Amino acid sequence: MYAVVIGGGKVGLSLTRELTSKGHEVTLVESRRSRYLSIEGELQHSVQYGDGTELWVLERAGIQRADLVIAVTGDDEDNMLVCQVARDKYRCDHIIARVNNPRNYSHFKLLGIQPVVSATDLILRLIEHEVPRYGLVHLLALEEEGLEIIELEVSAESPAAGRSLSEITMPDGSLFISVLRHGSGFVPKADSVIQAGDRVLLVLEPGLEETIIAYLAPENTHAPA
Amino acid sequence: MFVLIVGVGRVGAAVAKYALSSGHEVSVMDEDPLSHERLDAGQATTWEDAGGQFTVGTALELDALREAGIERADVFIASTDGDNTNLIIAQIAQRQFGVEKVMARVMDPARAAWYREQGLHTISPAQEAIGMFVGALQVHAGAA
Repeated sequence: MYAVVIGGGKVGLSLTRELTSKGHEVTLVESRRSRYLSIEGELQHSVQYGDGTELWVLERAGIQRADLVIAVTGDDEDNMLVCQVARDKYRCDHIIARVNNPRNYSHFKLLGIQPVVSATDLILRLIEHEVPRYGLVHLLALEEEGLEIIELEVSAESPAAGRSLSEITMPDGSLFISVLRHGSGFVPKADSVIQAGDRVLLVLEPGLEETIIAYLAPENTHAPA
Repeated sequence: MFVLIVGVGRVGAAVAKYALSSGHEVSVMDEDPLSHERLDAGQATTWEDAGGQFTVGTALELDALREAGIERADVFIASTDGDNTNLIIAQIAQRQFGVEKVMARVMDPARAAWYREQGLHTISPAQEAIGMFVGALQVHAGAA
């Protein structure tokens, strides 16, 4: 795979190292001269100096044949522009953008740029995961595919508690994929019994969250999201 | 006509003053409060007394854009000093707020040309300058 990474900060440099060590071909583009000089010794021909939002710089980096373009500069407008050009002008199949300011997330979405990665979001999800009784945790959103994976604690009030999967009728478009109990997890079968206090992972189609919460954790139904 | 201009540099301020003096309703926005001085310079009254509106805010802040009146803007001009910022906010004005006429200052001729092909009205001061220099050179060569 050939990847072009725009932005040679900590994130861009680490990604370049990781992808290279996995055998991929990578070109990193860095616009600050001092930063470029400090990483050039290590990366050699894998790093190029230039403004990665300039079309000729992207072309020099070989964006036309890139399988993946990753925009991880510290500037959200730059990341949006790089991804838009990569996708619409150079027909790159895969783009990944970093969101620096979570408030800009809606702008990425408006321009159809995804997937995006935001450090703030990741930490918030970790907090959701680490702090119990926070209700529903979004583990993964596959927005283009229209699916999401969530985690939820089954409460004693749930009609599902104490029943086997075969006795539980789940809404269409939802599926149990694993059960976390006493610090370990397993993939449930038809005769597996769901217990109150289990944390369950489900794959859902959009719009089912409220129904699932009402069923598995009814006391959380009216809690603020 | 209601004109919203984001980025009050030399270009933005001059266009804003022109639009106001032509009888249009004009709102301008800049992240630097001191940019207001450009609007008052050489004028008999302050920008506000002349009927202009000024909002402090950065271009990607939706609340600031709304405060500056983007929801009722007929014309949106992106004239900050950042090409990429201008290209992004111009698309936000177009797609999210449905502003009828959107224009963006894009210094880089290559980006200006590609986004123009995508249907955005881009204006490249660098491209204009190149054209004028080349034209002047040709005239000089013809005369020499």
